[in-house]
Amino acid sequence: MSATPGPAAERREVAVVAFAQSDHARDTAEVSEAELLLPVLQDALGQAGLRAGEIDFTCSGSSDYLAGRAFSFTMALDSVGAWPPIAESHVETDGAWALYEAWVKLLTGTAETALVYAYGKSSSGAVRDVLTRQLDPYYLAPLWPDSVSLAALQAQALIDAGDTDEAALAGIAARARADAAANPHARHSGPVPPGEYVVRPLRTADCPPVTDGAAAVVLAAGDTARRLCDRPAWIRGMDHRVEAHALGVRDLTDSPSTRLAAERAGAFEQPVDSAELHAPFTAQEVVLRKALRLDDRVRINPSGGALAANPMMATGLIRIGEAAQAVRRGASRRALAHATSGPCLQQNLVAVLEGEPR
Amino acid sequence: MSEGGAPGSGTPRPGASRAAVSKEPVAVVGIGQTRHVAARRDVSLAGLVREAARRALDDAELSWQDIDAVVIGKAPDFFEGVMMPELYLADALGAVGKPILRVHTAGSVGGSTALVAADLVAARVHRTVLTLAFEKQSESNAMWGLSLPVPFQQPLLAGAGGFFAPHVRAYMRRTGAPATVGSLVAYKDRRNALKNPYAHLHEHDITLEKVQASPMLWDPVRYSETCPSSDGACAMVLTDRAGARRAPRPAAWMHGGAMRSEPTLFAGKDFVSPQAGKDCAAAVYRQAGVADPRREIDVVEMYVPFSWYEPMWLENLGFAAPGEGWKLTESGVTELDGDLPVNPSGGVLSANPIGASGMIRFAEAALQVRGQAGEHQVPGARRALGHAYGGGSQFFSMWLVGAEPPAT
Repeated sequence: MSATPGPAAERREVAVVAFAQSDHARDTAEVSEAELLLPVLQDALGQAGLRAGEIDFTCSGSSDYLAGRAFSFTMALDSVGAWPPIAESHVETDGAWALYEAWVKLLTGTAETALVYAYGKSSSGAVRDVLTRQLDPYYLAPLWPDSVSLAALQAQALIDAGDTDEAALAGIAARARADAAANPHARHSGPVPPGEYVVRPLRTADCPPVTDGAAAVVLAAGDTARRLCDRPAWIRGMDHRVEAHALGVRDLTDSPSTRLAAERAGAFEQPVDSAELHAPFTAQEVVLRKALRLDDRVRINPSGGALAANPMMATGLIRIGEAAQAVRRGASRRALAHATSGPCLQQNLVAVLEGEPR
Repeated sequence: MSEGGAPGSGTPRPGASRAAVSKEPVAVVGIGQTRHVAARRDVSLAGLVREAARRALDDAELSWQDIDAVVIGKAPDFFEGVMMPELYLADALGAVGKPILRVHTAGSVGGSTALVAADLVAARVHRTVLTLAFEKQSESNAMWGLSLPVPFQQPLLAGAGGFFAPHVRAYMRRTGAPATVGSLVAYKDRRNALKNPYAHLHEHDITLEKVQASPMLWDPVRYSETCPSSDGACAMVLTDRAGARRAPRPAAWMHGGAMRSEPTLFAGKDFVSPQAGKDCAAAVYRQAGVADPRREIDVVEMYVPFSWYEPMWLENLGFAAPGEGWKLTESGVTELDGDLPVNPSGGVLSANPIGASGMIRFAEAALQVRGQAGEHQVPGARRALGHAYGGGSQFFSMWLVGAEPPAT
């Protein structure tokens, strides 16, 4: 692999200048995806004082399989108001990768501002069944192993390796929901009982709530970011990496792709003081903390994380948005944001955000 | 909108910080396609994409280790029945330990995917990127995959042809084009395909009379004026100046690239010549310094899934005045030996692995300026346009490639 050209310091400065999300819900059958998105987009654009037509590049993330229809993102575009026509793209995965595409667009210097949004209505189908369609279609998907069962395999591997135990996992679950009490957008908050086993060793509280929701971020470069908001959250680095698909060839107790993405994003150059980790299952937080070398001094998921609200395809983008908000309100000096895609943390993205001054 | 000439014209801003930003020139140094056919029963999805990727690497004389990142595109996941297949395909594409990004912008996706990959090089995030698009339509039935069930859509349409035929009819009414123009396009593209070993349809006994006598599917679109349903993949290796210097064969250089989108339906939408298509072409021409596309562009690979879209896009892309596009087709200008050859590869009418079709247009444009198009080479082609569109004539992606590096 050839070296990444040019030190990151020569790169253009890009910041998160606005973030908005829906009040996440179990079921939003009464609204279309466009209707779910519209107030969120208006909130984010309003914070930045921009109209859709003033944005240079728009990029979104969503999944047809969650929506249950082909080209689901085309109607969601109605919520943007793409008239006159806009420069726009879409990724078929979590919106964190849409933000990555937009970040690259800003780095090319051909755009000053970008609108990124993502949405998912997990309520449209049986999400555990739907996610089995994400697996190797020849050898794995025909067995219909569902997402909770695969996460349980990962949790058991961690317990077997001595990295955690069920009591520690219950502690993560309780901390996430307690923190979520301060998050008005969360779906689960406050005291949540451990519950029954869903798939041993994972109990109800170890699993994310089925959630519908949407989120939006506005990015801006350099002086434009400084003009659009008082305290931009600068993206100091961002990278994403994938692992092999077959679970049998992976060490499920580790996440080398997360560690590599963090290295490339510069996360280890200085310690972070907070982290928003996209860990839908309690045990995955243990894996990520290990991979990212986050000790007890780092504040993990002050928003409550994916255990408090998991609008799939938006959950990763929300991690970046929450990390940016923490930086912007001065609660964090240097924050790490992480997003994941695929079974058992197969693909991972890491971003590092800071306030001024550098 | 911003690419090129007027960065970020949408928002007022101080200009000083932008002057320092210069994009890295992007070169196409490797191209690979599968032989597109109705059903590749001999390969898995992984086997299909790896075949195209391997050929692109071979063309560039590079190995998997030389690739920094992979950008992959395809149309709806329902076409193969695999949700986010890039996760499963990561191994086959040598992406383990690297970034892989999945793009989906409907029918324009093959073009958009290449543009996202090009941005990674232009922004100097990566030096050498593999970009690939595919569809294995034989795994399902794309026509019904596109015919959405209630409550998403009224059960009035069957496939893309049912959606686009009224817009073709509107074009005919608006311009007074003779009813035979569509058949001329199909006859030309299917004959061009005979010179392209990768094309799906090789109809050696094709005649104009046979096209005109073929069954009417969606009036005025006949069977022989319709794209086939194909399995196939297309891959390209994009790299920076240093990579291009090391390349064993001539590079195609990117001179402009843009995407534009507009809503599916709204009062005042012009389905015959969508504004997003005009804006996208204008952005590309501005970046490439093209003032008169008809004179300055040597060859066009445009996305023509139904024959009549050739004259329609000729107008939308500025190669002909409104109402005049069909005259270029009728007078033979768009033939392989004409003044402005359109789809020398045989185009989408001769091979349509949907998600890959846009990237094939981009790749065929690059092959032309590299002088590597074989029997369907347009002699002396120096500048070529690759074009893709999708959705309800609402998503557009285009690039202009040249034999010479762009002036920096």
